[in-house]
Amino acid sequence: MTLLLKSREAVLFGAIIALIVVISTRFPAFVAPSNLANAFNDTAPLIILALGQMAVILTRCIDLSVAANLALTGMVVAMLNTAAPWLPAPAIIMIAIGLGAVMGSINGFFVWKMRIPPIVVTLGTMTIFRGVIFLISGGEWINAHEMGENFKAFPRAIVLGLPVMSWIAIAIVALFYLLITRTPVGRAFFAVGGNPDAAVYTGINVGRTQFIAFLLSGMLAGLTGYLWVARYAVAYVDIAAGFELEVVAACVIGGISIAGGIGSVGGAVLGAVFLGVIKNALPVVNISPFWQLAISGSAIIIAVAFNAQTQRSKGRVILKKAEHAT
Amino acid sequence: MSSNAVHSEPNESQIADGVAPILELGGITKKFPGVVALSDVSLRLYPGQVTALIGENGAGKSTIVKILTGIYQPDSGDMKLNGTIVRFPTAHHASDAGVTAIHQETVLFDELSVAENIFIGHAPKTRTGLIDLAEMNRRAQELLTGIDAEIDPTVKLRELGIANKHLVAIARALSIDARIVIMDEPTAALSHKEIQELYELVGQLRDQGKAILFISHKFDEIFQIADRYTVFRDGQFVGEGHIADVDENALVQMMVGRSVDQIFPHRETHQGEEILRVSDYCHPTEFEDISFTLRKGEILGFYGLVGAGRSEFMQSLFGITRPSKGVVRIEGEIAAIDSPARAVAAGIVYVPEDRGKQGTIIGLPIFENITLPSLDRTSKRGFIRLAEEFSLARTYAERLDLRAASLDQDVGNLSGGNQQKVVIAKWLATRPRVIILDEPTKGIDIGSKAAVHEFMAELAAQGLAVIMVSSEIPEILGMSDRVIVMREGRIVAEVENEQLTPESLVRHAAGIAESVH
Repeated sequence: MTLLLKSREAVLFGAIIALIVVISTRFPAFVAPSNLANAFNDTAPLIILALGQMAVILTRCIDLSVAANLALTGMVVAMLNTAAPWLPAPAIIMIAIGLGAVMGSINGFFVWKMRIPPIVVTLGTMTIFRGVIFLISGGEWINAHEMGENFKAFPRAIVLGLPVMSWIAIAIVALFYLLITRTPVGRAFFAVGGNPDAAVYTGINVGRTQFIAFLLSGMLAGLTGYLWVARYAVAYVDIAAGFELEVVAACVIGGISIAGGIGSVGGAVLGAVFLGVIKNALPVVNISPFWQLAISGSAIIIAVAFNAQTQRSKGRVILKKAEHAT
Repeated sequence: MSSNAVHSEPNESQIADGVAPILELGGITKKFPGVVALSDVSLRLYPGQVTALIGENGAGKSTIVKILTGIYQPDSGDMKLNGTIVRFPTAHHASDAGVTAIHQETVLFDELSVAENIFIGHAPKTRTGLIDLAEMNRRAQELLTGIDAEIDPTVKLRELGIANKHLVAIARALSIDARIVIMDEPTAALSHKEIQELYELVGQLRDQGKAILFISHKFDEIFQIADRYTVFRDGQFVGEGHIADVDENALVQMMVGRSVDQIFPHRETHQGEEILRVSDYCHPTEFEDISFTLRKGEILGFYGLVGAGRSEFMQSLFGITRPSKGVVRIEGEIAAIDSPARAVAAGIVYVPEDRGKQGTIIGLPIFENITLPSLDRTSKRGFIRLAEEFSLARTYAERLDLRAASLDQDVGNLSGGNQQKVVIAKWLATRPRVIILDEPTKGIDIGSKAAVHEFMAELAAQGLAVIMVSSEIPEILGMSDRVIVMREGRIVAEVENEQLTPESLVRHAAGIAESVH
């Protein structure tokens, strides 16, 4: 099983490398280290959000509100910055994570205590969060000149050759890897998604586990909200509109089963990187943005078909193995 | 008698009646991996007669129903309809041949109208190929009136009560001109009055010349409405005949009398002090007034028919559902069990009946399945220590003699018996004081069964208190120190093993008055 998962990730990794090689034959500049670093930095928000989404999807839920959460947090911290420019970046980050956590818990609460289907809850909160942005900002934009220098500079500061935003993404990947593989709650995500009935009988609180997944997803969305607004130096109602679908797509391409219980941190990261490469490379090779959408969409379907295929052949292999094993 | 010999020459009962069976099954064998569900059984249904099919849980009654309705294919044996050999490769073939079943849980569609339910699959069409609604409703009304059912064919099914749903199912059976009607525990959910109405209806169907197969656990109703009986036991045909020629005792004897084909481990019981005391456990709908005690080293059997409320009570004792009333004491102290996590903390663990659905988590490797409820013990500062986790899993896998290539393997690769061991290993790793095993050997092969029994005896010998829910009489008799029998959500008997006989168990469970000792 782990072997198969690894091989699935290997396939995805191979596809990414092949993609980069093909592009580099026509545009060698694309593989320049600085450009690759740029592409990675662009993909950092997607990676961070895909990890949170992965936790949610593992527990058989879905969080469609991440992009709206990101936008609302971004707007709040941007307004906070204009009102209180003296707040240091770490304080802003804490506030962003806290705000995101509140929004994540709202989702989690409705799923856990009210037993409303996650897609319905997050579809609702997604719209509500966007509406709140409009209410608090009056539809106004907050532009670069209104933001403090510190506020904007933090995610872009270069440390050891990479911007802080990239380092944050890397740190979160590492933390998430530990969380998923080495903590009881990480194990519970798989148990709840893999077999909720059995999880109950094992003494795992299914609703609480799902709540924790939503909380994590919300915290990461909040953090990304600050990073996004600071990096692009603008906040308005519609930032990252539709981004939640890209996040879900990254998970699906990365082999996270939408039915829950199957997936890995490596898969989610590779899924996000794959979409990131496509997004960054296609403009370079002069392919119109409309084709980009079509290509991303095809990638999703191919990935899912591929996963379904491996799943099926897995069944046959296992039966043979089971015969030998018993 | 060999069933093959029957088809050419009529047997005694046929001569006596002067009627030939409309449907005749001979030599039917059906195997599932590790289990023989039916072995060389025969069944004869006669037009205008009600045949009761009798047997314990697991005797093979539902398997034969599935074969009759084309859901399962027999591995061998043949089926004759009016003397010609037929096969039912799909449910559709069976219904075309005039076989229809009214199930325990009626298989109808809540969101469709009564008429649509009656005619689904064979609705009258207009010339343009659309469903002729007017015609369908008219014919539905006719059928319903024919069985004295006052039901509006245009209302949605979900608006009807369970008894009326049965009537709709019967109307459906009539709409396809069924010649053979199978009723699988049709009275299980009905009130007394509704049952009487159903009996009348069965009488009507009989008078119309239909052959009826009536499956029931209730002896009183068998004697009231059946003309014939057929008894199955452990997937084998035991006997058949006219109901007028037998009495309850003879039937019970046929159901349970068996050769001793299973050997149970010899146990010396050293019962320690009381560990569990349950007082007045009640639930609004599932069970009431459950009180009993359990000692260390004891195996307490819970016997009853399916639906007697045993599993429901166990789930409540394990914190999955909440009782409306009642107290659990562990070693004399009151334990507030409101979630499975609390139950595990209090030392009560539950190995559920449905392993696939409630036991193992397919997709997780074996060792993660085993350690899932014990992760707190193998973690330090919130992180799982993999080496410790793995050794914990290995310890219990070895203790249970789990056969697997590696503990990294997906648990889904294991056979049923080995999955059962994983579930038990998982619970033993939590170091419980009371272990509840719900149908511990259901659906596993004979070899694994013996291993589970031996292990159960070993656990008890080590001082663990064991509650074993089982519907298999030999298992109950072979393993328990004491047996509690439940019927309709209540404890109806509590008996020391020495005083038990298979007959008395069945009598208690089925609610037959104690006539013979």
